[in-house]
Formats: sequence, C-alpha cells, structure tokens
Amino acid sequence: MITAGIDVGAKFVKVVILKDGGVLERAKALVGFDVLKSTIDPFETTLKKTGLSRNDIEKIVATGMGREAVHGKPPINAEEVVSVVVADAKGAFHLIPTVKTVIDVGAEEGRGVKVGPNGIVKDFVINERCAAGAGTFVEAMARALEVKVEDMGPLALKSTQVIPMNAQCCVFAESEVVTLIHSKVSKEDISRAIHDAIASRISSMVLRVGVERDVVLIGGVALNPGFLPPLKKELNTDVIVPECPEYVGAVGAAMIASESKE
Amino acid sequence: MSEIKSQEYWRWPEYRHTVPDKDWHNAKIITAGVDVGSVGSKAAVLLDGELYAYSAMRTGGISEATAVKVVNWALEETGLQPDNLHYVVGTGYGRVNVPFAKRTITEIACHARGAHYIYGPTVRTVLDIGGQDCKAIRCDEKGKVLSFLMNDKCAAGTGRGLEVFADLISVPIQDLGKVSLSVDEEPPPVSNTCVIFAKAESLALLRRGWPKERVAAAYHAAMANRIVDLLMRVGVEKDFVITGGVAKNAGIIGRVEKLLDIKALKPNIDPILAGALGAGLFAKALYEKQIGLR
Repeated sequence: MITAGIDVGAKFVKVVILKDGGVLERAKALVGFDVLKSTIDPFETTLKKTGLSRNDIEKIVATGMGREAVHGKPPINAEEVVSVVVADAKGAFHLIPTVKTVIDVGAEEGRGVKVGPNGIVKDFVINERCAAGAGTFVEAMARALEVKVEDMGPLALKSTQVIPMNAQCCVFAESEVVTLIHSKVSKEDISRAIHDAIASRISSMVLRVGVERDVVLIGGVALNPGFLPPLKKELNTDVIVPECPEYVGAVGAAMIASESKE
Repeated sequence: MSEIKSQEYWRWPEYRHTVPDKDWHNAKIITAGVDVGSVGSKAAVLLDGELYAYSAMRTGGISEATAVKVVNWALEETGLQPDNLHYVVGTGYGRVNVPFAKRTITEIACHARGAHYIYGPTVRTVLDIGGQDCKAIRCDEKGKVLSFLMNDKCAAGTGRGLEVFADLISVPIQDLGKVSLSVDEEPPPVSNTCVIFAKAESLALLRRGWPKERVAAAYHAAMANRIVDLLMRVGVEKDFVITGGVAKNAGIIGRVEKLLDIKALKPNIDPILAGALGAGLFAKALYEKQIGLR
C-alpha cells in the first residue's frame, strides 16, 4: 500500500511517500507566503521521482502547524489531519521501535512526547510561545554572529571554553552576543554558549514530562551537530538521531494513513 | 534612497538639559544619580534635592565608559566638575559599573523614590517600562517600596520589543505611539507574545495589505495586554504613574489606561529620569548621614 505524509511546518514543508512502511521518496521546501503552493512543489517532486500519480496514493495525512492549508484542498487533497505530537510519536516509533521519549525541535516550536505501545502518545509538552526554545533562536544568533546557520553547529564543536549566556530571550540574547563579540570572545565559544542555552531550555521543558530511554531527537534542529552534545549532557542520557530527522513527523503522518486503511 | 534604507528607526534621540534660573554656587549639597540601564543611561544632578541638570544617552558596549560619559554630559554647560559632586549613587542594570559612585541602590527602590519626587506623595503604583524589563511597583506615601513584580526575562512588553518593531515598520521609535493611535478602529491584538514571533506575525499582516498604522495598533495592543497582566498581579492602587523610556509612548500609555480604566498622572519632569532622580535623592540622604546632618 502506498500512502503519503505531509508535514507543513513553520519554516519547511516535508513530504514523504511510504510503500508498505518503507520510505519511497522524500522532499522538502521552504514555506512561502502561499502555504498550499509551497507544498505542491515538493509533493510533485516526490511523484515525479517515483513515477506515481495522486491517484496511486491511497491516502494522504497532513500534520504540522500549517496542515489545514492542504486539508481537502486540490491538487493535494489530504484526507485527514493529525497533530504534530501524534505524528511525531508514530514516526519515531516506526523508525526506532524502542523509543520512549521523542524530542522534536522545529523552527518555532519545541516538543517533548512520551511514547506508549504502538507509538501512541502517553503525555506531551510543547513550547510554542517563546523563540528561545526553538530553531529560530539559533538562526537569530547566527545572524548576530554573522555566520551561516548551518555553520553554527560545527563551529560550536570547536569551542575550547564554556561561556555562560545570561539572556534567555532571543531578543536580549542577540544583544548579549554582540557584547560577547565586542569583548573578543571567539565565535566558536559564543556558538557553543548558544547551543548550551537552547539545550538547557529544551531539556528543562522535556524533563517536565520525564525522560525515559530510548530518547530520540527529531526535527530540523536535530541536523545541527552542535546541539546534540549539550542536550545529552543536560539530560544525562544517550540520544538517538534517526536518519533524516526532519522528516519523522511526515513519516508518522504517512504511517497513520496506512494504518487507517488496513 | 539608500540613505532612507540605512536609517536606524530604533535609535531614540539622546539629550541633555539644565534647569534654568538655578545656580549651583548657592547649593549646600550637590549630588548625582546615575541610572545605567540595559538600553539607556541617565544622569540627574541635584542641588539640595532639586533637579538641576540631566542627560540621557544610549548605553554603549562598555557600561563603565557610558556611566562616565553620561555624568560628564549632564555637567556640561553648568561649570560643575565631577569633583564638585558630594555624593553619587549608581542604579540600574549596570549600576556596579559606575566608577565614581559611592553606593549602588536597586532600580526598584530608585524608581519608587524618583516617581515620588516627580509625581508627589499620592503615588501608590509605579509602572516602569525600560529597555529590557518591565516593573510594577507598589509604594507608600514616602516613596518606599512595598512590593513589586518584574519581567526581565522576555522582551515582550519592553522598550527593546518596540525598537524591533520600529525597525520592522520603518517608523522612528518616538513616533510609534502616535502612529498606533491613528486608526479609526482598534484591530485585534497580535496573537504572539514572543517578540520574534510577533515580528513575523506583523510582517504577515503588512504583506496582507494592512497599513502600518493598523499593524502598529495591533502590536501596541498586545504589548499593553502583557503589561497590564503584570500590573494586575501586583495590584493597582491610585495614584498610578508610568516611568521609564516607554512612558513617552502614547500608544502604550493610552491602551494601558483604557485596560485598567485608570488614568496615569501626567508628569512635568521627563519620566525617563525617575531612576536617576531617585538615586540622586538617596545620594543626598546618604551624604547628610555621612556628614552627621541625619
């Protein structure tokens, strides 16, 4: 059976096509002003690469904060929508069946999900109010440091010194980064301080639901190598990052599509 | 065109002033209060406990240097030298970095004391909205602090949040409040709290074709809501006053007053000076104690 999952996030839309539980194809694109239009593009890419048409896909489930933009809207016509937390749990469980805790750090939200049998959600916690606990924080700091966001992680790994960051707020942290630059702190050390700060925020949020192994980190920020070491340290446990961690929510949505058809 | 583009809308004008018809040669006690805030630094020079000269400027990267600069600037044109000051008290976020201050006192105490001086003994609630924090202070008839609450963790509801917004809609920060009031009908407030998200939301509203004024109204309304939440937690008793740089923003003041259904007293002294004034008054009391007058 062929199904698709579409995760319409704050920054990127991710599309996954599953065949009997295996990933056939995946694609992502930046979310523009017209959300539906931003989704059609990566969706058609996956169709083209697999040689499928919309009719070959038995069911599409959408998730993510922009999921309603594709719900029943042609040409995508997603039949069902599910919350991000549900998709996260299902996707992580499908890829790593030993998972008990999912940490999903996206562009604008951070989530902690306790996973039960068969990938159901037992409990969850979300930060959607404050940019300091999400990928946006690293982006804003990269701008202040005048460094490309993808270089932030590798830079942090080269740090030789632990520098504390006092500011929690993204806006205040920007000023603090500028002050640190003026006081000749290296970009490597500042970058590490930034990652330490976001890791501490995410872990204190996740600890509210409790951390049980195996812990799986997903979402776009999981691609950032600078974030993993401080997160492991804060949680005092090993953390698994699956392949293509930013697609896990979409995989979960596609799994929910195929399970509902069975 | 490029000149317009490079304009820094967030940058508020710096200034100094000497109160006319006052002569420091006749003063018995000359004190100063220096309020080194996270965004702005203020100095107030007092002659026998009366405001004489003051200045306000942006806090630079090195707060010690700014502290010296802001005092020297307040003294400029008066003929006074730093050595003429009998006692200096430092306050504010960077108070430990005021080189010539004999004492430091928290900005909470100084704001209450300064508000008491500016607005008189009927003040019971002081709302201070500064660059990186927002404080709600309850005080007694002597300007002594009874209780307070502050938000210094989040830029929402602070001057810094307004600076970010001024840049976004390309309106000079000192005109923002006025612009936000020039709408016929109040739009629903911006729904995000976080300044970063609220900025993105405002941008989306602009792209949707909302005029600047309407977006400004939505942003100011959200900020006023947040400030009032903080005030309600400490409780508001009359008379109510507002100090700090944001006290100059009519769009915030008007909306806070409306939400509370209480009018704030109008100042006849620049309310940005409250902290520095309070520090200068504490300096006078400390000096009197030192020389045995008290």
